[in-house]
Amino acid sequence: MREPRASTDACHELSSRDGASTFRCPAASKALGRGLREALAAWILAGPSVFFLLMLYCLPVIGVFVIAFTNWQFGAATLSFVGLANFREVIADEDFRSSLRNTAIYLLIVVPGTVSLGLLIALLIEGGKSCRSFYRAIHFLPFMATMSAMAIAWEALLHPTIGLVNQTLSAIGMPAANWLRDEHTVLLALAAIGIWQNLGFAMVLFLAGLKSIPKDIYDAADVDGADLWLDRLRTVTLPMLGPVSMFVVIVVALRVFASFDTVKVLTQGGPGHASEMLLYTLYRESFEYLRAGYGAAIAVVFLAIVVTLTLVQAHLMDRKVHYQ
Amino acid sequence: MSTRALRACQLLSPAAVFRHTVLLATGALILVPFVWMVSLSIKPPGEIFRTSFSFWPVQFYGVENYTKAVTQAPLPRYLGNGVMICALILALQMLVCAPCAYALAKLRFAGRDTLFGLVLIGLLLPHQVLSLPLFILGYQIGILNTYAALVFPYVVSPFGIFLFRQFFKSMPDDVVHAARLDGLSETAIVWKIMVPTALPAVIAFAIFSIVSHWNDLFWPLIAVHDQSLMPPTLGIMVFKSEEAGTDYGPLMAAATLVVLPLIVAFLAAQRWFIEGLAEGAIK
Amino acid sequence: MASVSIDGIVKNYGPTPVLRDVSLSIADGEFLTLLGPSGCGKSTLLRVLAGLEMQDAGSISIGGRVVDGLRPKRRDVAMVFQSYALYPHMTVAANIALPLRMRRLTAIQRLPLVGRLLPGRARIAAEIDMEVTRTAKSLDIGHLLPRKPGQLSGGQRQRVAVGRAMVRHPAVFLMDEPLSNLDSKLRVQMRAEIKELHQRLGGTFVYVTHDQAEAMTLSDRVAVMLDGELLQVAPPQDIYGDPSDRRVAEFIGSPKINILDGVMRERGLIDVAGSTLKIDAAALPGMHLSLGIRPEALHLADQGGQSTLTGSVRMIEHMGSDLFVHLDLAGPDQPLVARLPAEYGPRITPGQTLHVGIRPERVLLFTPDGRRLRGQVELSRASVMPLREAAR
Repeated sequence: MREPRASTDACHELSSRDGASTFRCPAASKALGRGLREALAAWILAGPSVFFLLMLYCLPVIGVFVIAFTNWQFGAATLSFVGLANFREVIADEDFRSSLRNTAIYLLIVVPGTVSLGLLIALLIEGGKSCRSFYRAIHFLPFMATMSAMAIAWEALLHPTIGLVNQTLSAIGMPAANWLRDEHTVLLALAAIGIWQNLGFAMVLFLAGLKSIPKDIYDAADVDGADLWLDRLRTVTLPMLGPVSMFVVIVVALRVFASFDTVKVLTQGGPGHASEMLLYTLYRESFEYLRAGYGAAIAVVFLAIVVTLTLVQAHLMDRKVHYQ
Repeated sequence: MSTRALRACQLLSPAAVFRHTVLLATGALILVPFVWMVSLSIKPPGEIFRTSFSFWPVQFYGVENYTKAVTQAPLPRYLGNGVMICALILALQMLVCAPCAYALAKLRFAGRDTLFGLVLIGLLLPHQVLSLPLFILGYQIGILNTYAALVFPYVVSPFGIFLFRQFFKSMPDDVVHAARLDGLSETAIVWKIMVPTALPAVIAFAIFSIVSHWNDLFWPLIAVHDQSLMPPTLGIMVFKSEEAGTDYGPLMAAATLVVLPLIVAFLAAQRWFIEGLAEGAIK
Repeated sequence: MASVSIDGIVKNYGPTPVLRDVSLSIADGEFLTLLGPSGCGKSTLLRVLAGLEMQDAGSISIGGRVVDGLRPKRRDVAMVFQSYALYPHMTVAANIALPLRMRRLTAIQRLPLVGRLLPGRARIAAEIDMEVTRTAKSLDIGHLLPRKPGQLSGGQRQRVAVGRAMVRHPAVFLMDEPLSNLDSKLRVQMRAEIKELHQRLGGTFVYVTHDQAEAMTLSDRVAVMLDGELLQVAPPQDIYGDPSDRRVAEFIGSPKINILDGVMRERGLIDVAGSTLKIDAAALPGMHLSLGIRPEALHLADQGGQSTLTGSVRMIEHMGSDLFVHLDLAGPDQPLVARLPAEYGPRITPGQTLHVGIRPERVLLFTPDGRRLRGQVELSRASVMPLREAAR
């Protein structure tokens, strides 16, 4: 029984390496049939996914690019290709520029704030044994709370007269502000909400990073004399968290970059255009002003930024593997 | 217990005091919006606009506010819509993604790498970028402003396929071979062997899916305009603009009711939520 | 250099006892090995010695100084970890330099940027560099100094870990299974190097392993541990040839020692497996005994009789220089392994009935509770097999 089996296997190997040689083995057709059956089963199983991936991801992404090169408006019967006109308009548009600038400022406040606070809290939680899951749960709460509803609570907190923030500030003799209606403070207020929301997420990622540091390294540091809190942090914890930190920065940036709910619910981009951000501009141009071509051009810009960030992240992930 | 832990465990050591002080302070700050929301939701209008603050109202007005929230706006309807949409999306995603993930993980076929590439591209694309063509697609097939409009963009989840594929791949091939010898069809292998074994991944994915769609505002805003179809995120926004921000009590009661289901679920299954959401958001 | 004294150490993990009243003195410059199966508490004892864990009771002195409650840094010990525990983000040079930097530079001098400006720092840093280079050269890793651990092979990492331990000339070297992550060829080579290192440095070494061969070849004395207890502390040849406990006898030696149940018939005669052995033992007639017989204490006999066991051959293992012959003895469930010279190979076939003779002086007697029963005729160290073979 052994002999023919072995030869079948050999044929199988041959046929997979070199299709032309299959006919030489009598058993090869059977093996080929098995392969075909498996492929057929695979395509049947994957069929719905393939269909929907093409319909809901591939087609639309091509669509965005196509629309971005036309002057189409929703409801219009005609459209014509206008080349890069939309992009030129986008770049020249003062509103878009301010939207991009606001997004950048927002990002530059929220990402460092979120990452550093998340790291601090993760270090503190991991630094002791008691109440770990309690603290973790509290700090993680905002990340999964429905933002459009919490935005309403934040609006009440930031209310110029009855809000807790201004009441507290005036109680300690600090100047109050109309946070969401003042163009100088509105981004700051939104950024504070952004940090509040994403802090727990960064914390959880850092906690995972801290857990993955081998205990042996801390022991070695203990024996080597790096046993004070700051020395341990500097010789072991922070360097070992290095790759994780870069990763957290990108992931948080991607999330923060796609902030929409707070802008929509709280400010609608106002006052003026002081809190316009990229995703909100995309939404407004596309679905309120119905300028499809223009909106699509913004979507392309948005996509370009997201893809860049993701590629940087993928690159960093590769480096991280290198580290160990 | 290590000496380190021993040192840290002395509850009154300066390090431990510092740790608890800072964490309690940041924790309290984090909770302020929640506390404020609940506090306002049980206060009568007069107390809300009073400038002195206390958490508990002098006159308990919770019943009135919450009654108003569920009667004045179709809040129960919103919540029901939310539950239905999330359940529908999750069911469809499981149905579509699990077989595909199995094929990618365990079957050999021409085009597998291309298909996986497709999944990775899907993973990379933010949904907001696709909203415009999806809107047009919904218009073309005439389903805008229906439940179907809220569900269809999410029928396939590249993340779901990716996550399940990773999990299925880690299961030994012999399990599949044994199942085939026992006479199970490929479909049966997916649903009777792979998915039950991958329960942790299924739970993580379910939590990720439910939380992200319960909290999503962007797509519902585009897809529906009938109040009767709105999910809670959109509904509460409409409620707010109708109330024009004057009647805070019922508004806060409504907000509390929208946030509550996930918070309760989170507190009940903290570990699962954190794993599911962290995994999901990283991708 | 220092002696180590471990006195009545008790350690529990929750309700589980890990170390039960362990006492041990280690002489200055001695190479002592803690040997035992995994989970026996040997690593925990080492970590208690290092100060990485706290004992629940008992006391430890190093060089005559009680170190209980002292942090690892203050104990003047260095440790080589099983995983090497090198700092992956630092170069080899920085890894080896770290213990010196932590001791010789003040906290302010160690600060980045600011520290460089402080007086005296440059001189100390230069000294450290010199010592690191010297240590690396002596371990033959001088050319690896600018690399990072991720770029090194297992053996090279092991040397870096040793370098980091020896650079500051600690009183005691602690090694926690330092060779277990290496492949077997490299392990033999590194074993020799560690032995050489010990001779060169002359320090006190405490070495943890589950590998008998390492314990036997490296140590001045071996401490055999089981279930948190020290069973015997003795030179390697005594551990093998003169075990004080049945569990020690069973743990050491491969193939495992044969244990046969016997009954004392009268003074000088023991009934075992259908035969009678002539062994003088300090036991009363009728008493049950366990007989420990090393496979090499058996030899082929022409016929049955006194001091001879008879059984049928179940299996033969050819080991090249020797044969391991597995016999089924007459008694219930009493297998026996005999180590015979290879030239008997052609003469023995499975199923065949075989007589093996026992050298009475090589039989180890144990009471039913596992204690060694001494007082039998001359068990001299001379009759014990050479070390090399024991370690096989």
